[in-house]
Amino acid sequence: MVSQENAGPDPQTNTPAKLHVDDLSIHYGSHAALEHVSLDIQENEIFGIIGPANAGKTSFLKAINRMDMFDPNMKTRGSIQLNGHNIRKVRNVYGLRSRIGVVFPLPVGLPLSVYDNVALAPRLRGLKDKAELNVIVERCLTRAALWDEVKDRLDSLGSLLSGGQQQRLTIARALSQEPELLMLDEFSIAVDPVTTMRIEDVLKELKSEMTIILVTNLVQQARRLADRTAFFLEGKCLDIGVTEDLFTGEVKDQRTRDYVEGRFG
Amino acid sequence: MKTMFEATPINHKNLGRQKLFRFLLGSMTALLIFPVILIMGTLIYKGAPVISFDFLFSNPTNGMTEGGIFPALLGTILLVLVALLASVPLGVAAAIYLSEYAPDNWFTRIINLAIINLAGVPSIVHALFGLGAFVIFFRFGTSILAASLTLAIMTLPVVIVATRESLQAVPMAFREACWNMGATRWQTIRRIVLPNAITGILTGVILEVSRTSGETAPIMFTGAVFFLPFLPQGVFDQTMALSLHLFVVSTQVPEMPEAVPYGVALVLIALVLMMNSLSIALRMYLRGKKKW
Repeated sequence: MVSQENAGPDPQTNTPAKLHVDDLSIHYGSHAALEHVSLDIQENEIFGIIGPANAGKTSFLKAINRMDMFDPNMKTRGSIQLNGHNIRKVRNVYGLRSRIGVVFPLPVGLPLSVYDNVALAPRLRGLKDKAELNVIVERCLTRAALWDEVKDRLDSLGSLLSGGQQQRLTIARALSQEPELLMLDEFSIAVDPVTTMRIEDVLKELKSEMTIILVTNLVQQARRLADRTAFFLEGKCLDIGVTEDLFTGEVKDQRTRDYVEGRFG
Repeated sequence: MKTMFEATPINHKNLGRQKLFRFLLGSMTALLIFPVILIMGTLIYKGAPVISFDFLFSNPTNGMTEGGIFPALLGTILLVLVALLASVPLGVAAAIYLSEYAPDNWFTRIINLAIINLAGVPSIVHALFGLGAFVIFFRFGTSILAASLTLAIMTLPVVIVATRESLQAVPMAFREACWNMGATRWQTIRRIVLPNAITGILTGVILEVSRTSGETAPIMFTGAVFFLPFLPQGVFDQTMALSLHLFVVSTQVPEMPEAVPYGVALVLIALVLMMNSLSIALRMYLRGKKKW
């Protein structure tokens, strides 16, 4: 197995992994979405996941956030450890989810004002102080490259923003959780290229504060951002390594090279 | 360019069908409106002359053939209000549980089936149930409380179904987005789901008010009486009610002036419309504020 060589502590720094995934399989009924995936994600790295549709990328993220609890059809096997704690044994699943920010490809602007959308997570934590909330809202919207467009209409409904704006609102909301782990699933799908670049710059800065998992269809986006990248295909993790190696160095599976060079997928 | 937009035979056929169905559907709608206009027209034409301040706000006299209908008017308002107080909290709470918490298993499905069946039970059966349960077993006697609780039980399915439908109309994606941030089910319900379902819940309440104020059978056995010379002093008193009064003045009193039953019916309908317009106004206000 390719991935097993990466299990355990980071060989360079010898710190324990932020996220340790061991033999994870995910089934929806009889359909296997992910099979025997093992990998480690280190603290403060951007970890890219690339692969064509139906590779199990989104299911992988869902399992980390315990979203299998929403779907009685979704069954997971294997173990996922965040900070060394098995997330399946975590009693306070709400506490777990509040530490993980997640952005899915279909933007969801909650039917609240723009301000309330971003203030929701701090409020759920019990923060009531207006001044503190103002600071958080402005900081998160700025980081999500949305502040300039909405600063004059924070009272308008988040669900009535344009698709691209809702996408950035969703990112701002995830950031407002002040997460340890930020999971982005195709965040740029509804965002124009210029704004995408701005958000990518922000992600590079955020790396010092949090660990980021970046699922993307854009191979070049992974190359620009990710420290290490995994290639998923049909529910299997075929390759994993330092991002540049997937493009230029040695790959374990020829299909990885074919994919990153655009020969299939 | 002329040939490009010339109608082909298939265009002609489609246009013909379009006209036909538009006419059919439109005339069905017209048929629906017709009886409403007829009823309202008759009631206003025959009943309006007897409506006066005295008619609304004085007691009936001379074997109900003269005087007003105040005890019945007040009685209906009280019956509806107490019934709402009982059924709205109970029905909304049950609907929230069924929509947001209950697992999808055989037990939940049986409960849902039971609620639908409860809606199909004839009102006279509810009346006998109310008599047995509230009047006799709980010793409320024939009283406003017993009658209102009977009405509440009868209209619970309306409230539950309307509330559940409006909760489920809130997209699942909103809930998941909220849960993903670490919100509990209750935080999600309180902050996202309920505020967006409130207009649908009010629709259920409107339906309930309309149905409750017109019912006769359930209150006949449990708290409403033909004639009372005084107004009810509390929920353990009996009361007159417009619906029962209408039945009485239409069929039970000889030499009743012809206009009186029309007047009573007109007041009953006007009362329902007034109570409804309050919640319709609230609904319009809330709908203006929330959207997705």
